[in-house]
Amino acid sequence: MTDGFFPLLKVEDLYKQFPFRSSRLGRGSDQVVHAVDGVSFEIQRGEVLGLVGESGCGKSTLALTLMRLENPTKGTIEFEGKDISRLDGRELKAIRRRVQMVFQDPYETLNPLMKIGEIVAEPLKVHGLARNRQELDQRVHQALQDAGLQPPDAYLDRYPHQLSGGQRQRVVIAGALVLEPVLLLADEPVSMLDVSIRAEILNLLDDLRRRRGISILFITHDLATAVQFTDRTAVMYLGRIVEIGPTSQVLQDPRHPYTKALLSVVPVPNPRLRRERVILQGETPNAIVLPSGCRFHPRCPLAIEACRVVDPPFVRVGEDHQAACLLAEGMAGSSGV
Amino acid sequence: MQGSPEFTTLRGLWRHMARNKLGLVGLGMLVLAVLTAVFAPAIAPYDPYAPVKITIDDIYAAPSQTHLLGTDDAGKDVLSNFVYGSRVSLIVGFFASFISIFIGGLIGIVAGFYGGWTETILMRFTDIMLVIPDLPLAVVLVALTKPSLLNIIFVIGIIGWTGTARLVRSQTLSVKERKFVLRARAIGAGRPYIVRRHILPMVLPLMVANTVLVISLAILEESTLSFLGLSDPTVVSWGQMLNYAFTRGAMSAGAWWALVPPGFGIVWVVLGCTLLGHGMEQVLNPRLETHHLAVGKGMVARRKETAAQ
Amino acid sequence: MSMAAAASNRKADWSQTGLKMSGGRESAPLLLDVRNVTVEFVSPGNPPARAVEDVSFTLREGEMLGLVGESGCGKTTLMLSLLRLLPAAGRIVSGEIRYLGHDLLDLSESEMEDVRWKDISMIFQGAMNALNPVRTIGDQIREAILRHNSLPPREAINDRVRALLEMVGISPDRKDQYPHQYSGGMRQRAMIAMALSCNPQVLIADEPTTALDVMVQAQILELLDTLRHNLGLAVILVTHDLGVVAEICDSVLVMYGGVTAEYTGVDTVFNDPQHPYTRQLLAAFPDLSRSKEALRSIPGYPPRLDDLPPGCRFAPRCDLAFDRCHIEKPVLHRLGEFHQASCHLVEP
Repeated sequence: MTDGFFPLLKVEDLYKQFPFRSSRLGRGSDQVVHAVDGVSFEIQRGEVLGLVGESGCGKSTLALTLMRLENPTKGTIEFEGKDISRLDGRELKAIRRRVQMVFQDPYETLNPLMKIGEIVAEPLKVHGLARNRQELDQRVHQALQDAGLQPPDAYLDRYPHQLSGGQRQRVVIAGALVLEPVLLLADEPVSMLDVSIRAEILNLLDDLRRRRGISILFITHDLATAVQFTDRTAVMYLGRIVEIGPTSQVLQDPRHPYTKALLSVVPVPNPRLRRERVILQGETPNAIVLPSGCRFHPRCPLAIEACRVVDPPFVRVGEDHQAACLLAEGMAGSSGV
Repeated sequence: MQGSPEFTTLRGLWRHMARNKLGLVGLGMLVLAVLTAVFAPAIAPYDPYAPVKITIDDIYAAPSQTHLLGTDDAGKDVLSNFVYGSRVSLIVGFFASFISIFIGGLIGIVAGFYGGWTETILMRFTDIMLVIPDLPLAVVLVALTKPSLLNIIFVIGIIGWTGTARLVRSQTLSVKERKFVLRARAIGAGRPYIVRRHILPMVLPLMVANTVLVISLAILEESTLSFLGLSDPTVVSWGQMLNYAFTRGAMSAGAWWALVPPGFGIVWVVLGCTLLGHGMEQVLNPRLETHHLAVGKGMVARRKETAAQ
Repeated sequence: MSMAAAASNRKADWSQTGLKMSGGRESAPLLLDVRNVTVEFVSPGNPPARAVEDVSFTLREGEMLGLVGESGCGKTTLMLSLLRLLPAAGRIVSGEIRYLGHDLLDLSESEMEDVRWKDISMIFQGAMNALNPVRTIGDQIREAILRHNSLPPREAINDRVRALLEMVGISPDRKDQYPHQYSGGMRQRAMIAMALSCNPQVLIADEPTTALDVMVQAQILELLDTLRHNLGLAVILVTHDLGVVAEICDSVLVMYGGVTAEYTGVDTVFNDPQHPYTRQLLAAFPDLSRSKEALRSIPGYPPRLDDLPPGCRFAPRCDLAFDRCHIEKPVLHRLGEFHQASCHLVEP
């Protein structure tokens, strides 16, 4: 799975902050929302990395920043060996052909006034990639087929509102595929679809990975979906990754208290399964005023004195498996799934 | 099905419009007015521009068989004046409003989409124009130039765009946030492309509905200017008819027929525009509908089964 | 102030809660007896669309019934029918809804108003986002109380509001705050407080945790379960999440295209499902404990009300469908003491 030379995507110490204006006039508050607060990770070629977190953890902001739809405040984003975090203009546009995004809302992502054929052809037109009408049509056809919309001709002249949610999401994927990217950022690609439809979209993504070697960053709040076809999983909390490792490892041997709590409360469709559920109190605090020390300590059932003071670095707890917790090493073997 | 229905074809739009009764009424009123203007020479019994030899009895003559709506202070047939007068009102109304819509739409889209300083400057400019009273400004501008039809159209056009600008800007702001615009950016589309391909088609329907209302305002404006004597004196217009009637003693002569027709004409066209514009707005913005929110009272509709299971 | 001390480490041995043992079911008093309810939607110029057809179920005191199905299956319509709150185009065309023996469909509108909120209450889907933003939470709860009771003294209402907030885990001092000052989870708790303000016996919760994070979802579900025990409530939980159903419900009604696909106890639904839709739905649902198994999707998509297939509604997507399925609608067959499924293949 890992390529010899450099990873496809290497993110180092990425920060994205938004100014936050409190409503007091004249007091000029300089508070910031620490949406992404020091994130580092890599994605190899042909790999699927799952990024899991609840709302407010910054995962969507991270995706937008990686796509350069938002500009990073600090840090680097290395794509295919080149730092794209400060690129602009034509160079950035060229990168767009290699990195594409799949969005969450299939009902809003497609322009309702455009036909499906036009929507899928749009990326090619924007980049001037098709030399003539024939080539354009052929590539659009191919993309629709790859996304599982058969027969492609039947869809070209339809409008989004004539399609179901699952079909629309396939159109979004087709639009992303038509440029032949090597990396897909999928932000909650199945959350808004019916359960019976989700599996086919997930299988499609998995298929694309196998057949075309496309790497995928799979962002979701749904742990159960995330572990389905990801190779590695990263858990995010309040702007940081708190644990990252091979998916099976993170599942069976979680080393961060937040990961353990999450795993214990994800509903499992098995009434005979007994679990000790760790239900954390309260909700994720806002990302404006961060807790001191370890940002998770106010809600952590295992917090000790040191946690209030020390911001834990990553600790290696296994092959390619790291967790940012002072107690990570001592947690082996307890309550995974 | 989420969201409001988007109309992908003109036919679809028409079908929906046809269900809005008031809108249809408005449309009918306007069509009638336009036909009157177009076929004026055929409808009017006399030519208002032809010179007439008159005697004192022909001034403010009451309605009769030869003059269905009587005559005005110059002995000209009121009905013919009325029919020909529709031309000026409608021509000025339409063309001036096109100018307004164009300016307002341009400012609105640029301000809404580009944001930042561009938006601030444009919107503050709009605010200034809003604050300056339209009529005095129009009077000054017309007074500075020769009172001709073209100048009037121009003056009304460059004053009446502010409402459109605001409307278009707010619509642009909301369209800008929609996910398909984000997707276009993610694909690598540049800003001009996004404005042309994504923003404009979404904003256009509302602009069309707004155009109709702007037309009615332009017509009113023209009538007012004519009434104040600032219009081209060589063409007949409703406002001018009112002007002459007021300043040349129609009231004391009891010649109501010199006042009512032009007033009625203005009201008719403005009302038609308003009804049509309203109807279009309702169709294009279904969120205004509330009937589906009502809880049904007659909902238990089953027949009582006599045999119990 | 650290919340670590208050973090709960609960042993959720769900098998002891509720009435999972089928033996326990029959002993509790029967609250709701819904029989053969059919609901249609009329629209001018079109034949009426059947949103719910011939659905029956029962609900006993202390029971939590999971109503499962995907979009368009009719579950929300069915719940609104129980309270007779269908939108203007809805019609209940046949069936009975017996609450404590009395058919609610026989009641006049004013008699029905007495039943709403005081006997049967509902948390509507997405209601937590529909709170009035310009009124305090406390005010809105108070309004719910006043709407259904003749004017009690001011003190009594305030006490009640505070008690309700405390019951759902919100500090009573926050009653004068506005919805935007509450987080998503707290707003949902406020909705629960509102729904329970008049001491109902039956609570209908329509997708109460769909929009919430998984941790908050766990909190809310735990709250619902606790309330169920403490107040002796019966709950109908409408959801599309099979995991939630498995964790907390006693019985399950699976709906598809407006009809009952399967209706049985929770253990049977997951370990011995008889309807192909139930089986295929389970195969499509991600299971954290069995993450190695590939997900199998169900081809096609749920039927639209105005385009229902002849015969069995699930036949177009069913992997076991044969000729008869496309022509003849299956009857609801009894498969055991508490197990029904509507499929030709399970005909005894």
